[in-house]
Amino acid sequence: MNLMDFLAAAPEMTLLGLICVVMIADLFIEDERRVHTFWLSMISLAITAAVLQATSPDTRVVIFDGSYVSDSLSQVLKLGAVLFVALAFLYARDYLRANDLNKGEFYLLGLFGLLGMMIMMSANSLLTMYLGLETLSLSLYALVAFDRNNVTSAESAMKFFVLGAIASGALLYGISWIYGVTGSIQFHEIYAAISADPSLNNLPLWFGLAFLIVGIAFKFGGVPFHMWLPDVYQGARTPVTLYLASAPKLAALALTLRILVDGLGGLHETWGTMIMVVAVLSLLVGNLVAIAQTNIKRMLGYSTIGHVGFILLAIFCGTAEGNAAALFYTLTYVVAAAGAFGVIVLMSRSGYDVELLTDFNGLNARSPWFALMMMFLMFSMAGVPPFIGFFAKLNVISAVLAAGFPGLAVLMVLVTVIGAFYYLKVIWFMYFEEAEDKAVLQASTDTRLVLSLNSVAVLALGIVPGWLLALCIDVLS
Amino acid sequence: MLFHSILFYVFAAIMFGAALGVVFSRNPVHSVMLLVLTFFNAAVLWLMAEAEFLAIVLVLVYVGAVMVLFLFVVMMLDVNVEAAKRGLTRYAPFGIAIALLMVVELMQLIWLRSQVGDTVGGFVPNPEGYSNTKALGSVLYTEHVYAFEIAAVILLLAIIAAITLTMRKRPGLKVQNIAKQVGVRAKDRIRVVKMDAEKKS
Repeated sequence: MNLMDFLAAAPEMTLLGLICVVMIADLFIEDERRVHTFWLSMISLAITAAVLQATSPDTRVVIFDGSYVSDSLSQVLKLGAVLFVALAFLYARDYLRANDLNKGEFYLLGLFGLLGMMIMMSANSLLTMYLGLETLSLSLYALVAFDRNNVTSAESAMKFFVLGAIASGALLYGISWIYGVTGSIQFHEIYAAISADPSLNNLPLWFGLAFLIVGIAFKFGGVPFHMWLPDVYQGARTPVTLYLASAPKLAALALTLRILVDGLGGLHETWGTMIMVVAVLSLLVGNLVAIAQTNIKRMLGYSTIGHVGFILLAIFCGTAEGNAAALFYTLTYVVAAAGAFGVIVLMSRSGYDVELLTDFNGLNARSPWFALMMMFLMFSMAGVPPFIGFFAKLNVISAVLAAGFPGLAVLMVLVTVIGAFYYLKVIWFMYFEEAEDKAVLQASTDTRLVLSLNSVAVLALGIVPGWLLALCIDVLS
Repeated sequence: MLFHSILFYVFAAIMFGAALGVVFSRNPVHSVMLLVLTFFNAAVLWLMAEAEFLAIVLVLVYVGAVMVLFLFVVMMLDVNVEAAKRGLTRYAPFGIAIALLMVVELMQLIWLRSQVGDTVGGFVPNPEGYSNTKALGSVLYTEHVYAFEIAAVILLLAIIAAITLTMRKRPGLKVQNIAKQVGVRAKDRIRVVKMDAEKKS
């Protein structure tokens, strides 16, 4: 192997090197000048994105003896992850300063999480996938517990940690069965082994597969493995929830697509059924329980579960069209989620976190611009045309119809209608209720600008969705 | 070969006895010590199977580091042994049942293997000049180098996460500022006042 071959993994190596630089530099930065760490992290993200662009592969490149793959899917997902981590950092900056949480470790753990996501997105073997997942999960556990004087944070971190460890164990157990049956941990070899010997497609492999599905459903937050999600979304400080709700969803998509499609594509009939059950339950539970919530973070947590149902149903189709719809849905959902949590972060002030739906009362009177932005985001999540969420849902529904499941398509339309209720409720609170607190939202110019761009993006993308959809189809063909 | 077998059985028997002692000893410190003995005998067995590297790592890492940590924890927590041991008789039937189940499963597996006929043909010594460490290293640093490096990153991350969650600056803690202490000058601390000699009156 030539040393130049390793160049395909340059983005990960660059990011790791930059993390070390930020880590050392942060030691010498005093608390009141912590914003330097923020800018250093942002520069690191920019350099990583530049290296990603520079090493963009023309074809599928597999290095490190088959443990690392670089293709157009990993490229798109990684660029998305870098972008959303940067958004999370920017929205978090002022909040952390105002709430006495201004520690450099927030950015450091965030960067480590990004590294884990990138490893997952480029994983070509079950071992690499697992290690990437652990890197991501460990930083998420620590981030959720970041505010260690806060009892709710500690409780949710503990839940997240214990349940996450059990899910990792299930995943690892499934991996060992897959390895035992097929004799390999590399996705293309597993695929080849199953297509070469159809007798492998039998009970032992399905047993391992079931455990993999448990792990995937947990990491995605699919019912019935969703228990951690609302508690963690509510318990973590809002910038952490923002981080948790955005980029890691892309990594979860990579986990699902790489394992189920790249590795176990030959078992589509078997895992399709399992994924469908998880997806249908997620759609129902997520959307129905969200109606009863009074806490906005918890409500968005349940709504995430509902959205995960859509993504999983798109993957369930097992067609290239379905996979493209899943990628499109995830990317656009994450844009809206980042924006929505961004508004919540922005509304929180020193010592007071926006938690309740009623905190949105009369936002229009206080800051009409941000009320409008939040309305865009809620419309997009609800799936109202011409916002991007509408096209994402439409794609999934048409993919499911094309795969020949009209019943599921009807179900998706029904839950979308149910889901619209609680998204519109937020808009009702913002526009038709009286505010108790008349203070205008304060934000620094760059946050204000980026948040506005983020929110307008859901409208702009909705008006011209063609290029993104074409990109998704191109990536997964 | 006979000598080899005798050695194996001796060390295996000591290991078995020590493992039983870990469970049945009344004193947790003794338990830890017996666990050390168990590990050490396991290392010897590995050595006899020509897995030198694993044997040495087992002694270095587990006996040298992990068990010492265990000992610290046991001594620090001062566990109430009597309370912990009280459940022994109650849970014993359950434990024995699980152990029997595992034995039955193992026997089945061995029986199945013997029926198929492709049993592993005994222990084959490695050729002259074969290095266990080299073989392991050459796989670890070539084929699995990516996973190996990620594992290192995870360890670094664990350190950072642990420090983030536990290090705190307590208010009112009296800490020496070494730089200040070293940087101090005599003229900051004492003032030499020139005075005329007092007249004796």
